[in-house]
Amino acid sequence: MSNKNMKAYWKENLGYLAILLSIWFLVSYVFGILLVNQLNTIKIGGFKLGFWFAQQGSMYVFVILIFVYVKLMNRLDKKYGVDE
Amino acid sequence: MGILTWTWILVGISFAIYIGIAIWARAGSSKEFYVAGGGVPPIMNGMATAADWMSAASFISLAGIVSFTGYDGSVYLMGWTGGYVLLALLLAPYLRKFGKFTVPDFIGDRYYSNTARVVAVIAALIVSFTYVAGQMRGVGIVFSRYLEVDINTGVYIGMAIVLFYAVLGGMKGITYTQVAQYCVLIFAFMVPAIFISIQMTGNPIPQLGFGSAGHDGVYLLDKLDGLQRELGFSEYTSGTKSMIDVFAITTALMVGTAGLPHVIVRFFTVPKVKDARVSAGWALLFIAILYTTVPAVAVFARTNLIETVSNTKYSELPQWFNNWEKTGLLKFDDKNGDGVVQYVANKKKNELKIDRDIMVLANPEIAKLPNWVVALVGAGGLAAALSTAAGLLLVIASSISHDLFKKIIKPDISEKGELVAARLSAFVAVCVAGYFGINPPGFVAAVVALAFGLAAASFFPAILLGIFDKRMNKEGAVSGMIVGLTLMFYYMAKYKLGWIGELPPSSEWWFGISPEGFGTVAMIVNFVVSIVVSRLTTAPPQKVQEIVEHIRIPSGAGEANGH
Repeated sequence: MSNKNMKAYWKENLGYLAILLSIWFLVSYVFGILLVNQLNTIKIGGFKLGFWFAQQGSMYVFVILIFVYVKLMNRLDKKYGVDE
Repeated sequence: MGILTWTWILVGISFAIYIGIAIWARAGSSKEFYVAGGGVPPIMNGMATAADWMSAASFISLAGIVSFTGYDGSVYLMGWTGGYVLLALLLAPYLRKFGKFTVPDFIGDRYYSNTARVVAVIAALIVSFTYVAGQMRGVGIVFSRYLEVDINTGVYIGMAIVLFYAVLGGMKGITYTQVAQYCVLIFAFMVPAIFISIQMTGNPIPQLGFGSAGHDGVYLLDKLDGLQRELGFSEYTSGTKSMIDVFAITTALMVGTAGLPHVIVRFFTVPKVKDARVSAGWALLFIAILYTTVPAVAVFARTNLIETVSNTKYSELPQWFNNWEKTGLLKFDDKNGDGVVQYVANKKKNELKIDRDIMVLANPEIAKLPNWVVALVGAGGLAAALSTAAGLLLVIASSISHDLFKKIIKPDISEKGELVAARLSAFVAVCVAGYFGINPPGFVAAVVALAFGLAAASFFPAILLGIFDKRMNKEGAVSGMIVGLTLMFYYMAKYKLGWIGELPPSSEWWFGISPEGFGTVAMIVNFVVSIVVSRLTTAPPQKVQEIVEHIRIPSGAGEANGH
């Protein structure tokens, strides 16, 4: 792979990482810890929302994030012809 | 049939399966021994990783911890799952592309230095030994509670089983046994949880059940908050820890998870970079099935327990109470002599002492489930403890035979010789772990938290910078790891173990961060030291910079390769 292509591939990869890790941070640290008291004023069924993110929601989102990452990267590998 | 008969049957069947798999999956080469030949399908690797990861502590203690700490227990739930996102996105694919056998392999080659390799080996050994001692003890405890044998006898049986499949099968044997162990442990955890969820809320899905209303029409969580308030405890859904400490502990656990050698090494066993990415997804999915059920079990168990025992006459308590009283996990002390159990937050008035492990162990009995379900929990606990112990022992064995022996002491050792060395190291490691299991050092509980802090303070920055910072050199990485490890040790020794003078009160913690969360600070210091030192010293050689370019693209990974 040419040097220029390699740089472009890496840059797109870092872009995906930035977006996915922001979501990772948002659902756990922001919703589950920093804003937990504010979100707890909202109730969905028997769950206070902040508590739900800390003990349920964040984990569901984590699983989804990894599978989205896999999908994005497989597409990116094909685009740059570096898939196996 | 009684609980004991059922337990012997279920444990017997599951052990026969593990041994059968071990004989079928013998390792024939050092590559099979270290990374299962690099040919494990991603879903299977996901299951094996999940079993490897979920220890006796996850299976037995976690629900109890969450049950007693409510919201504060979230740090473990988020911390021990969120780390997989870091692992999948930042480490696993690149380490797989690098294509060696161990974590010290990567550190040693990327930082072109045997000093770096030795620091990594020492860190891997400390992390793995602290962790494995607790596992062997866990095996002994589960045996003694369910099969009514002595704890030490339990440890010996556990050692014999692990010895058999770790020494014979290496990573290949361990991987396929872990797949079976995952199936046993998840089944054993989910069956009682589903039963209890139906009993208490009518909803068969525990994850939804604990947000539903009970039979009296009140939401379970509201009821529990109310019960807690009434007895003087803090509300279940709000925490008592400071926000900064919750933040720091969660980070230390996440980063520590991503930096644990026995977890990382699992991603060397799949055929391609693509497989490394997706198997991290499967691993987290399989882990999350248990981890999202844990908070539900915690709520069910706590509500059940309070409603059953609080303000009940001692003479009218159900049979399970007396059964578990005998084990010492429940203790009733009638302080005011009225013959009624007062379970309250006020320590002077509280009459009931509850061991947190009882929340999972006794839960099926409390909920009056059939005997085979109670026995199943025992088999599940053993599967969880054995699978983690085996994974850790393999890391210890390969650190010694591959990283120290093959790479440093005797590089001309033959393939056959290395395999013998690997088996011998596994044998020695099992014996040492067994010794710690029988004579547990008093600080075992403390050092498991230390293991995460150490992994966060040492491996995570060194690996991450090795991939994402081409300019990172050996001077930076080595000084970062040493400073990070030393700082973490100092803080634990002073504020957790009390080895340096008197144990200081929590008001003296730096930035209000507990020793459990201090790995986060040590990690940040590692990053800063690494980057500053690397920029003041010479850039890594051209060849190393090419390695970094090479691991950043997936194509051409080939098979894991140690030579």
